[in-house]
Amino acid sequence: SDSPGGFEINLDHRKLKTPQAKLFTVPNEALAIAVATEWDSQKDTIKFYTMHLTTLCNTALDNPTQRNKMQLIRAAVKFLETDTVCYRVEEPPALAELQKNEWDPVVAWAEKRYNVTIGSSTSILGPNIPASTKETFVSHLASYNMWALQGIEFVITQLKSLILSMSLIDRHITVEKAVLLSRLEEEYQIRRWGNVEWAHDYDLCELRARTAAGTLFVHLCSESSTVKHKLLQD
Amino acid sequence: AALGAPLRTLRALLREVRHAAGRSYRDSPAYRHVLAAFRAHRVTSKKLCRAQQELHFQTATYLCLLRSVREHEALHREYHGRGERSPQEVAGLVGFRLPQQPGGKG
Repeated sequence: SDSPGGFEINLDHRKLKTPQAKLFTVPNEALAIAVATEWDSQKDTIKFYTMHLTTLCNTALDNPTQRNKMQLIRAAVKFLETDTVCYRVEEPPALAELQKNEWDPVVAWAEKRYNVTIGSSTSILGPNIPASTKETFVSHLASYNMWALQGIEFVITQLKSLILSMSLIDRHITVEKAVLLSRLEEEYQIRRWGNVEWAHDYDLCELRARTAAGTLFVHLCSESSTVKHKLLQD
Repeated sequence: AALGAPLRTLRALLREVRHAAGRSYRDSPAYRHVLAAFRAHRVTSKKLCRAQQELHFQTATYLCLLRSVREHEALHREYHGRGERSPQEVAGLVGFRLPQQPGGKG
């Protein structure tokens, strides 16, 4: 239902609240609909671990870690120092080759898109990221609002990579591809030693679900309604 | 972004929404919203319309979310959901039955 502060969710005529008892309002109608759908999908029991969009909204509303915008941005950019796609192995050669073939293109994309130097490293200390590169990402992320930033930081934490997250948010790759690249070593080991459904597929589905939720959350929270309005007028 | 045909993504998404929304899926907000969004974007004639691509990406992302949640839940139910056996089941494993005590444990 529409209200001045945004959209609310009603559960059987009761207004949904956050864990800190604030009124649950979201800024975007599509997001509200998606959250409502999560609630509608619950059958006999409420499985909160499947309700990723609801959880993200709660985090944005309550801000339990009490971080301001700059702290959130710095936490996100700090991940670059240990970015998955920059951290390379030397052994075994097949895996090193796979990392080069799969990760080099996305690093190159990020360097071109953001006009920065990133590189990669086989050292245990990780890549040496220039301060100018970090500052570029800091100012880019500053253009997002607080809600979208919560989503971005969430995606980065899931994928363990700032570069993969930006690639995803910039719609350069799909969620499935981002997750695959994030789990490259796991996929390599699975192909060598075999797949264990109750562990591997379980983790894969969960990572996909969370990453998809985070990405959708970011896009819906940073959408401008003027674009939609113009389209409807044509 | 290697997404394939938009119509295919839309159909797959609507299938997932049906799963999620249950019997009255056609009246569900999600179903109506998705269809409305696609219809609205059909109006523009430009083939490489950026907004169309954005909508397609969003559709594919939402599809991934619904599908992954469903698959994850199915795996959870199959492998991680059973929980402990009841005392009756444990006894039954070795061929025993628990004694009936009409007055309770006493």
